[in-house]
Amino acid sequence: MAEAPGAPVELAADAAEPIRGASIVAAIKAAGVDMVVALPDIVTCETVLWPIARDPGLELVQVCKEDEGVSICAGLSYCERRAVLLIQHTGFLDSVNAIRAIAVEYELPVVMVVGLQGMEPDVRPPARSEKLGVRIMEPIMEAMALGYSVLDREADAGAIAATIAACYEASRPHVFLVARSPA
Amino acid sequence: MKRDAALSVLARHYPDGIVVPVYQSAFDWMAIRPHPLNYLCTGAMGQALPHALGLALGCPEERVVVLDGDGSLLMNLGALVTLAEVAPKNLVHFLCYNGQYEVNGRFPVPCGRDLDFAGMARAAGIRRVHSFAALDDLEAQLPALLEGEGPVFAVLEIEPGAAHPQDYVAIHSAESRRTFREALKARRAAAA
Repeated sequence: MAEAPGAPVELAADAAEPIRGASIVAAIKAAGVDMVVALPDIVTCETVLWPIARDPGLELVQVCKEDEGVSICAGLSYCERRAVLLIQHTGFLDSVNAIRAIAVEYELPVVMVVGLQGMEPDVRPPARSEKLGVRIMEPIMEAMALGYSVLDREADAGAIAATIAACYEASRPHVFLVARSPA
Repeated sequence: MKRDAALSVLARHYPDGIVVPVYQSAFDWMAIRPHPLNYLCTGAMGQALPHALGLALGCPEERVVVLDGDGSLLMNLGALVTLAEVAPKNLVHFLCYNGQYEVNGRFPVPCGRDLDFAGMARAAGIRRVHSFAALDDLEAQLPALLEGEGPVFAVLEIEPGAAHPQDYVAIHSAESRRTFREALKARRAAAA
């Protein structure tokens, strides 16, 4: 029986240590990424996007709509240049057809960092959110056979760089769902 | 002017560079200039310019030409603003304007042929904007247009020309993507 959305769950002890924006940025760079394509996301803007904009080691490309970013990352991948697309889950939902074709069916290394705007701080996992847009994210990615992982605790940052590198080596997409505003 | 005639002129002046064509322009272009550096797999309408932008940023030593459609560009007009913001010097964006969704039943685009795409591009912040309705005008200005600093946006006022096969398999195939990837890699290695 499916769990009711919105029901509070007891978080693990280390949930008190939220993932840090600096750890996400460092992991992105450690994976060999030197370009970030972005449209501001309320979850990650302060602690991920603004630091990226100020980082001389990362080139920031702003887009007007998220699906542009999917294709820009695809084009870059043919040039052996690594990029990450930083967006909000609403933009992901708006871009599903481009992601379906370009990232999934074309098997291109489109790596997305997606903030779950509106995700309740005391509800885990995202599939139990009261917010419909948040709640359907994981089922959509599973239906699309699109690999994903959740970034919530600082410990989650440890796998980011290797995951990005593996995506580029295997030419496959991945989504990092950011479940809370990083510290 | 007929689209295939305009594309034939372009092929003469731009015989072996990267081209990102979409839909009917892609079908025509594949017949007029078959080439491994044709980037055929754009995935969805409205995505040609963003793919080309990624290529232009990733390969600044290469010129990247886009053969867009009016219906396609209308799906992502904001991409013109992105283009103006990023301003890659190596990107030339041609828009084939015939006022209709040619491969989707030839239904007219909103506002048909009354749209001012050149004006939209200028308003988005693109400085080098052209519009061509006559083939000899295009022929005369193409060399400077292709050799100058981008980004360039050029409207081609066109009508359908010869009916080239609509090869949808090619514009989505893994083989097309592999061919392009290998050709680009070889070209960059040779130039290094």
